[in-house]
Amino acid sequence: MPVTTALRTITIAEALNEAIRLEMRADPKIIIMGEDIAGGADVTHLEDDEAWGGVMSVTKGLVHEFGRERVLDTPISEAAFVGAAVGAAATGLRPIAELMFCGFLGSCLDSLLNQGSKLRYMFGGKATVPVTIRTMIGGGFRAAAQHAQTLYPMFASIPGLKVVAPSNAADAKGLLTASLRDDDPVIFCEHIIMYTMKGEVPPGDHCVPIGKAAITKKGKDVTLLGVSMTAVHALTAAQTLKEQNIDAEVIDLRTISPLDEETILESVKKTGRLVIVDESNPLCGLASHIGGVVASQGFQYLRAPVGMVTAPHSPVPFSPVLEDAYLPNPEKIVASVKKVCSY
Amino acid sequence: MNPNQEQLQNMYRTMVSIRHFEETVKREFGKGIIPGFVHLYVGEEAIATGVCTALRPTDKITSTHRGHGHCIAKGCDLKLMMAEIYGKATGLCKGKGGSMHIADVEKGMLGANGIVGGGPPLACGAGLTSLVTKSKDVCVCFFGDGACEQGSFHESANLAAIWNLPVIFVAENNGYAQSTPASYHCAIEDIAERAASYGIPGAVLDGTNVLAIYEATVEAIDRARRGQGPSLLECKTFRHHGHFEGDLQTYKDDAYKISSQGKDPIREFRAEIDAQGWITSEELDAIDQSALKQVEEALAFAESSPFPKVEDVTTDVYVNYR
Repeated sequence: MPVTTALRTITIAEALNEAIRLEMRADPKIIIMGEDIAGGADVTHLEDDEAWGGVMSVTKGLVHEFGRERVLDTPISEAAFVGAAVGAAATGLRPIAELMFCGFLGSCLDSLLNQGSKLRYMFGGKATVPVTIRTMIGGGFRAAAQHAQTLYPMFASIPGLKVVAPSNAADAKGLLTASLRDDDPVIFCEHIIMYTMKGEVPPGDHCVPIGKAAITKKGKDVTLLGVSMTAVHALTAAQTLKEQNIDAEVIDLRTISPLDEETILESVKKTGRLVIVDESNPLCGLASHIGGVVASQGFQYLRAPVGMVTAPHSPVPFSPVLEDAYLPNPEKIVASVKKVCSY
Repeated sequence: MNPNQEQLQNMYRTMVSIRHFEETVKREFGKGIIPGFVHLYVGEEAIATGVCTALRPTDKITSTHRGHGHCIAKGCDLKLMMAEIYGKATGLCKGKGGSMHIADVEKGMLGANGIVGGGPPLACGAGLTSLVTKSKDVCVCFFGDGACEQGSFHESANLAAIWNLPVIFVAENNGYAQSTPASYHCAIEDIAERAASYGIPGAVLDGTNVLAIYEATVEAIDRARRGQGPSLLECKTFRHHGHFEGDLQTYKDDAYKISSQGKDPIREFRAEIDAQGWITSEELDAIDQSALKQVEEALAFAESSPFPKVEDVTTDVYVNYR
């Protein structure tokens, strides 16, 4: 088999597919389950490359390679199958369960809140739960209130879970690989509008460490901090700001729990100004939390109040005009930076 | 398949061990020494015993908040159990779980569960592991009549049915979900009737008859290991004490109290053993005394064990975090 280290340009969906495929080849203990992830249950005539492979095609072709014993369509029973993923993990498998939209957490919260996240602790360290829950977050698809949520603060607030959210194809592959190799329960957040985004991705074994933020643009005037889609918006805003002679440093958080406080504080120490961009709701959200971390551990570095560009305290609206107003975007980031730089 | 001599002795030993353990916990809890809540299994010993006697060590069980009996029947160490209930560092869960989360994963005891209905999905997961690894291990899912109305139970039963999971659902119907009678909270008389709606075999059993439970479980396990999927066994029983210790039980009607006093599974089993001449009275008494002694030793161990160090608050949240 030819070995190449040449980067290829592929979509995030393809990068995720690759990560799952490579890890499933390497480890027979990995199985994957979820609604519609194979091709639709019992549709044996589709057990080839034409099988649906999930609502966003992330799992396309997996049932063809690994069979129905390892690639399982589930009924619409989140409580049972997410709980089963936890139970299987606790008894020796390394399952992936897809929670199609993160809002469906409502149907299986016990499995994660009271079981998966807590078994290890309650059993005095004598249980290991290496489960990965892949779930869709975010708005922009006009999917409205129940299907456009960004619930990583809820996941992250639960001790025992790790929460990961990549912003590009290479990190998508690398972080999903890391998640599948991680022995703790990981909630892997995929942004709904990013699946077709392309990026350069290393072939073969590519693993990005969980818990390490990335500086995606070095700068000195202000720190822009984003995660998932807002990390992309932050880079776009940084371009606009460059033309206005503001040199922004951009941090892509990549992991929410554990939070890379060191990278954040180091950057704020350098720039003195921070704008956090977060698509989750503001009350007890990610931006609020990081603002608090900086206020308590980096107060002496700050030359201006912390700027926060977040969704409002409301559900996600349907009408495109309303949803666009709801979501963070580069224009809002630029406005916040202007304000923060006026101090 | 009839249990052999050794199995009969072990069944009796298990049942009296559970009884002595639980009555000891009741007594000590009454002194205000044991922290938190305890939910005692007195009166229900035949179920854990009959079921677990049919299991092999690598088979799994999921349990309920009333889990001491399941734990003992699955072979967990009485000393380590008592220490856990006392919150000591030497406990099965290093004092981190307590009575409601007591577990021994190595012995296949996947934990008592503080959430009613928390066990069934986990049991499906254990069943899935068996299928993927081809271990042929089964998982017994113990749950109460209260859990039969949780969505998680229905989802799990259906999931186990469509995937042919080797899970044996054992409903311990003691007639009350805390203070709410099953006649109120359940739309039908026999929980086992629900088996038909999942397309799986179901049976109603006398939950005070350890041998009947053992036989039914052996059949269900055989089906599961042969790839024929899950079963639902409903064991009708009585909870002799309160839902939790301290419960005044004002909700129990006289008929229930009279029935539960009349139906003691240990007394019934002993009578059957005597009638059949399987084991002598002296031997049974010796087993009883030995079990009591073990429980007393467990109590002494728990009392003399140290509490965990304060640093342990934040240990074992993750395998590794930073």
